[in-house]
Amino acid sequence: MVSVRLENLVKRFGKVTAVDHISLAIKNGEFVVLLGPSGCGKTTTLRLISGLELPDEGRIYFDDSDVTYLPPKERNISMVFQSYAVWPHMTVYDNIAFPMRIKKVPEDEIKRKVKWAAELLRIGELLDRYPHQLSGGQKQRVAVARAIVVEPAVLLMDEPLSNLDALLRMLMRSEIKKLQRRLKVTTIYVTHDQVEAMVMADRVAVMNKGRIMQIGTTEEIYNKPANLFVAGFIGSPRMNFFEASVSDTILDTGYFKMKLPEEMKQVLEGYETVIVGIRPEDIHPVERGIPPGVKPIELEGRVDFIEPLGSDTIIHLKIGEILLLVKVPGSYIVEMGRKLKVALDFNKLHIFDKKTEKAIL
Amino acid sequence: MRGKNKIFYHNFLPYLLLLPTGIYMGVFIGYPILETIRLAFTHPYTGEISLYNFQRLSRDFHFWNALKYTFLLAGIVIPIQVTLALGVSLLLLRRFKGSNMVLYIFLIPLTISDVAAALIWYNILTGNGYLNRILINLGLLKSPLHFFGYQYRSMEILAIVITEVWRATAIVFVIIFAGLQMIGKEYLEAADVFGASTYQKFRYIILPMIKPSLQTALIIRTLFAMQIFGVVWILAGRDIPILAGETYYWQIELKNPNVAAAYSLIIACISIFLGFLYIKLLKPEYLER
Ligand SMILES: Nc1ncnc2c1ncn2[C@@H]1O[C@H](COP(=O)(O)OP(=O)(O)OP(=O)(O)O)[C@@H](O)[C@H]1O
Ligand SMILES: [Mg+2]
Repeated sequence: MVSVRLENLVKRFGKVTAVDHISLAIKNGEFVVLLGPSGCGKTTTLRLISGLELPDEGRIYFDDSDVTYLPPKERNISMVFQSYAVWPHMTVYDNIAFPMRIKKVPEDEIKRKVKWAAELLRIGELLDRYPHQLSGGQKQRVAVARAIVVEPAVLLMDEPLSNLDALLRMLMRSEIKKLQRRLKVTTIYVTHDQVEAMVMADRVAVMNKGRIMQIGTTEEIYNKPANLFVAGFIGSPRMNFFEASVSDTILDTGYFKMKLPEEMKQVLEGYETVIVGIRPEDIHPVERGIPPGVKPIELEGRVDFIEPLGSDTIIHLKIGEILLLVKVPGSYIVEMGRKLKVALDFNKLHIFDKKTEKAIL
Repeated sequence: MRGKNKIFYHNFLPYLLLLPTGIYMGVFIGYPILETIRLAFTHPYTGEISLYNFQRLSRDFHFWNALKYTFLLAGIVIPIQVTLALGVSLLLLRRFKGSNMVLYIFLIPLTISDVAAALIWYNILTGNGYLNRILINLGLLKSPLHFFGYQYRSMEILAIVITEVWRATAIVFVIIFAGLQMIGKEYLEAADVFGASTYQKFRYIILPMIKPSLQTALIIRTLFAMQIFGVVWILAGRDIPILAGETYYWQIELKNPNVAAAYSLIIACISIFLGFLYIKLLKPEYLER
């Protein structure tokens, strides 16, 4: 169990910069999730940490020792590969046992641990099978079992649950998280599923195009996105965005104006055009009553479409050319085409600089 | 009418299409095999069906020697070839500068016939051949090394082994190298990550995963080793008797096609038996469906 520190890591493949100056400090025993869209460099980052790939620039430290150029086998790590890499010529049992056999663990302890891991991952009855007799999700669980039976300094998991059905995924999610808490093993977990990331992580690192856009707790990432990318990537349905020009404390979108409190004057000083963001759940139909604590900014629009989801209702509200999604808890039926007054919660308003895409508020 | 036609096509067309191949195999493979069997079991003088040819063989010490030397040569040559081919394949797998060049050079002997290869090595190893002249000129030797002649039989075997290894390792290499390249790199990476040493990776991941290619290479090499002829005949003549050489000798020199046929049949049976053994012993059980 070690702390992991990445300093300015760069990895290029020909013209592609897969990892672009990544710096990240992971505490001993911490569970960090790398979250980002496909191709953003998650796997490459993991491979750099494991030593399977060498960086073009930058350093990797485990505690205080520089492991940048140390071969994988000397790093005391364990990994779940995105492609599983479950050896086809070994049974499930032998696959899971292999890392322990390498470490010369006594055979009876191996047996005990293989059984334990197999039970945990619900593959107990598959131990005698060969990988070609397994489904994708089963192979994936073998890969996870193989990674958790050793007690590594760092556990690396590359989308270990991507191939499981929703129920099993939820189950495994909590099993892995509980296990990690118990073993206190420093874990770096890759996923492109934001729910998985938010549920499991101590901290989430949101990546895009080889860079870390923001790192923080689920709460921080969700409530204080540092830039436009993170704000748009996290949350479903997506945050509403619209462009507005600034004059004093008035934001003008061209279709409607919003008057912000006086204290915003200093904050907005010097900006001409900004991007305003507000999450669908932070917009409330006035006729349903505004919840306490909300600092309302009232707007009126026309109902364009509604999506009843059972637990929530999503209302598509048109104000001129601007489309706002409004998420209302429970079932809420309004006729389409009708006018609707809503209140944006100023406390939950996000404002980004249009040029740098960084958060101002 | 049309329905009937359809059935006709469905049932008989495949056989019709196979007919040319069938005729070809019958004429050029089936007939010679049947003829060999007939000859082998026919008494050369009376023309009756009999085991005479085999009895004749078993009383001939040349036969037992030929059997011994054929197996001895196979037993020396094949392990060297497999080891060498494996070594070179593993080396070439870590693509370095010029690795393609090494690959091509390694494949050159594949294009040279066994007789030509034997002549090349004869010229290198013979009394005043290249090797001896170089060694003597360098002052490393006083008198030439003798590789050939009845009294230097073990040196003859060495010369044959060198020639065979030089000539036919490439085919083993091609098969094993192809097998190695088929191994997905993440299987080896997984072994790396879990701390396997180079030897453990070879022993527990690479070797089992190339078992099918190893099996193919061994079968092909062993079958050819049972038929070894040109190289031995040129480098050692009948000093080193071998099964295929004896077949030739009985057929051409002694003009006895019946005993020659018995020899061929024995070579065939040994080959089939060994092939079967490899398939049984090297069965990659994980591929069984
Ligand atoms: N071996 C390679 N050679 C060339 N380009 C590569 C290689 N590996 C990755 N890349 C490129 O680097 C970028 C990052 O790839 P990476 O596999 O790290 O993405 P990822 O975030 O894991 O994506 P996914 O979620 O789809 O697995 C991609 O543009 C990819 O095409
Ligand atoms: Mg990936």
